[in-house]
Amino acid sequence: MPPTRSRSLRTALGSASECAGRFLWGIRSEVSLSALLTGSCLAGNSRALADRCVLLSTHDQLATAVALIELDGVARRMIVCPPGVDDDHLQTIIETAGVDAVVSDSGIPTTSTATVGMHVGCDATVRANADLPTFERQTEWILLTSGTSGKPKMVRHDLSTLTAAIKSREAKLNEIVWGTFYDIRRYGGLQIFLRAILGTGSLIVSSVDEPPTEYLNRLGTHGATHVSGTPSHWRSALWSPAIATISPRYVRLSGEIATQAVLDTLRNTFPNAGLTHAFASTEAGVGFTVTDGLEGFPAEVIGQRDDVSIKVENGSLRIRSSGNAFEYLGAGQSAIRDADGFVDTGDIVELRDQRFYFLGRTNGVINVGGLKVHPEEVEGIINRHPRVEVSCVRPKRNPILGSVVVADVTLKAGLGNETDSEHIRQLKQDIIQLCSGSLAQHKVPVMINVVSELSPGATGKMVRRNA
Amino acid sequence: MMSLRSTISEQMKAVASDQDKQLAPLSDDLVLLDSGLDSLGFAILVARLEDVLGFDPFIISSDAYYPVTFGDFVRFYEDAANSVKIAANGTR
Repeated sequence: MPPTRSRSLRTALGSASECAGRFLWGIRSEVSLSALLTGSCLAGNSRALADRCVLLSTHDQLATAVALIELDGVARRMIVCPPGVDDDHLQTIIETAGVDAVVSDSGIPTTSTATVGMHVGCDATVRANADLPTFERQTEWILLTSGTSGKPKMVRHDLSTLTAAIKSREAKLNEIVWGTFYDIRRYGGLQIFLRAILGTGSLIVSSVDEPPTEYLNRLGTHGATHVSGTPSHWRSALWSPAIATISPRYVRLSGEIATQAVLDTLRNTFPNAGLTHAFASTEAGVGFTVTDGLEGFPAEVIGQRDDVSIKVENGSLRIRSSGNAFEYLGAGQSAIRDADGFVDTGDIVELRDQRFYFLGRTNGVINVGGLKVHPEEVEGIINRHPRVEVSCVRPKRNPILGSVVVADVTLKAGLGNETDSEHIRQLKQDIIQLCSGSLAQHKVPVMINVVSELSPGATGKMVRRNA
Repeated sequence: MMSLRSTISEQMKAVASDQDKQLAPLSDDLVLLDSGLDSLGFAILVARLEDVLGFDPFIISSDAYYPVTFGDFVRFYEDAANSVKIAANGTR
């Protein structure tokens, strides 16, 4: 039987004595899991959060981790808020999800969170608490993923969908110390958090803006055995001399296309480690893992295995499994699953010699180091520039982050000297600055190309060719 | 004509300035991750260098190579520039 179906995280941890020696390590402090089972990091308010719809808005990932353990099975719904969500979007989330309590480690409400009636502080300090809730409910977990206009979409899961890919045998592996470069508030990092909690090991969480070298040093100090990240995380780590401080038994990549170059380098760096790249998305869940050290995936992945069905239709990869999310929250949202229960991942694949390779995305979404960029959002900003007639935002292949964003623009005629190279250089700089003022850094085009025309493709849509 | 080292230094300074980052003095033994640029900064740097130089050594190189220091990085670009020249001259 899988370890946690329909049980809460706290119940899955077992007794305090069973958790002896297990820790969550953060950048500044640590939490003993056995202490957490008899105490609380929610300032003694976990019972007050019962049946509430809770916005979990924390800066510190360790605070996030302990709050997730305390709230699962207690709250009716929890919205796991990753860093960087702006306050306007937070307001929409609060209204759409029906948030009636905020758990935060900042102590200072934002304009939008101040509108919520109940505020509970949370930090990574366990205080003894005899008044812990004893009942359990199937808490809804709401994860955020970016939408076309930059507005986050809310994806509904629960613990059973989130843990569908975690096999019971993993729970029995001893002496595992997990590390993830991923933020645990995003799907890929959350999978590692759940593997650590449902297993018998410990976890070293990273911190927002923590340099790779420092996190690698912490992984080395705590003896990380299983380490996960996006290919971009790993590329950054491989640039650091501190990569020599870790010797994991298991290396996992997900969240972006794993290229042969990064797989080969990891194989050479950690010759004795199991090397796995996983295909997963917030909506589709974990589809499959590839362990042969080669990019792409073997053709035999297609078909039905256990409770996972995988097919390719109209060139895109589709997954039906008990790990699929239920729905997007909010009115007017499209369905996550089609009539047959499959989730279209939007990833275009091509079969060559009995192996599938990823070619890009059906909706033009650009993956910059594991973070999604919708071209329409960037084009909307560029088109505000008075000199720009029309723009086309597209990916450019990049050895560090997989892809970066570039933009082709046409200029309105008669508004300036287009043959003056200094004038064009300044104009490109202006457009980049306009984007920097309105967009997250990974969405800002790294280059602007002024072109004489942009031709729509056969579908009438702009052709976003990958450079 | 500007040397490759100067071009790389200029572009690093420009990216650091655009990203509001403080760039460390660029010496050969400077560990790139300690230079002040983050991974997005290096991604931008490599993209802009390709625009200026016309090649991306990470694509040209058949080995999966990750330069650790600034000196490694410059040599990586110099080696790639030489192989581009050789290919263009058809001497090999």
